[in-house]
Amino acid sequence: MAGIEDHHGGANRAEEFLQIFKKGAEFTQDLLKENERLRFQILKLEEKERQEPGVPSDDATVRRLQEKISTLEEEKAQILDRIREVEEENLDFANRYVDIENENNMLANLYIASYQLHSTLDFNEVLQIILEIVINLIGAEQFGVMLLDEKTNSLRAVGSEGIERDELPVIELGEGVIGQMAKTGENYFVDDLEHYQKDLTNPMVCIPLKIKEHVIGVIVIYSLLEQKSRFAEVDYELFTLLAGHAATAIFSSKLYSESERKLTTIQGFIDLMTK
Amino acid sequence: MSAFKVLIVEDSPTMRQLIVFALKRIRGLQISEANDGVDGLKKLSAERFDLIFTDINMPIMDGLKLVSLVRNDPGYKDVPIVIITTEGANEDRERALALGANEYITKPIQTTKIMDAARRLLPLTV
Repeated sequence: MAGIEDHHGGANRAEEFLQIFKKGAEFTQDLLKENERLRFQILKLEEKERQEPGVPSDDATVRRLQEKISTLEEEKAQILDRIREVEEENLDFANRYVDIENENNMLANLYIASYQLHSTLDFNEVLQIILEIVINLIGAEQFGVMLLDEKTNSLRAVGSEGIERDELPVIELGEGVIGQMAKTGENYFVDDLEHYQKDLTNPMVCIPLKIKEHVIGVIVIYSLLEQKSRFAEVDYELFTLLAGHAATAIFSSKLYSESERKLTTIQGFIDLMTK
Repeated sequence: MSAFKVLIVEDSPTMRQLIVFALKRIRGLQISEANDGVDGLKKLSAERFDLIFTDINMPIMDGLKLVSLVRNDPGYKDVPIVIITTEGANEDRERALALGANEYITKPIQTTKIMDAARRLLPLTV
């Protein structure tokens, strides 16, 4: 009996072992299949990676995008810096353009004033040109041109605008602002242009007309045009030009008139003698 | 392209020369000059102009009379006119503009203002 039981017990164990072995075989088969499937999957992914290298994993994408953002931010900062530089350059160019235009305007005024002053040897025409320059280029409304009579040492008006010539006083050399400026040869500008009150012996501006240091007369200004509230840089340049060029133009025209007069007298005398 | 013809009506030779000097800096302009309003009208009737610059205070015929006559001429009713004057009061400006002037520039003159006015009023390509 015991042998039979032993036999049965051994058979059962063998059966159990077979079952376990079978399960182990099945499990191994499953593992092999899974392994095969995963290897196939890896091959597929490798193949895909080879074919589409631009499609990386999520982490790589994020990293690369972050790098790209950083690069783009740097480029953006550089572009903004460049724009700022270009804007500054533009502003600089615009300012320089305005400066050059002002310079051109000043040079044009000076050139034309000088050209006109030396365009004639007729005293009255020279005087008219001085008046035109002071009205049109400087913007004075009431002013006069006074010449020094060296015999009497006094200044007398020879031309005026906006004010009667006879109204302008005769000024002794050294007398008042006008006489002092004629004596020293210095330009005079009233301190407070805005509140200046017209005074014929005390002008707002007095410009001596000089040949080198020799004063031959003065330009006196009493008021400016309504639209002119102050002097610009070009005005001071024009005053400087007038001080010299108007003086030589007046002097030359007076000499010429005098020589013409003498020539006419001599010619008349010669004609009288030869007839 | 034919040049734009500009007439300057001004009794002061200094001013005429300054206006010519400014306008010569603009390409494509043919500039003529007249001493006063009557001389200006003669030139306007002899040839066609595209732009007129005129002073107000002139002998024989002043600038405002010239503007008025030019505007009454059907051939010149649309031609731009620029006044250049010492008269800076608002009523003078309004009067000139009411008569038909397009722009009003006061003296002392700046060459840039003359050039800007020509550029605004003429269909210049540059």
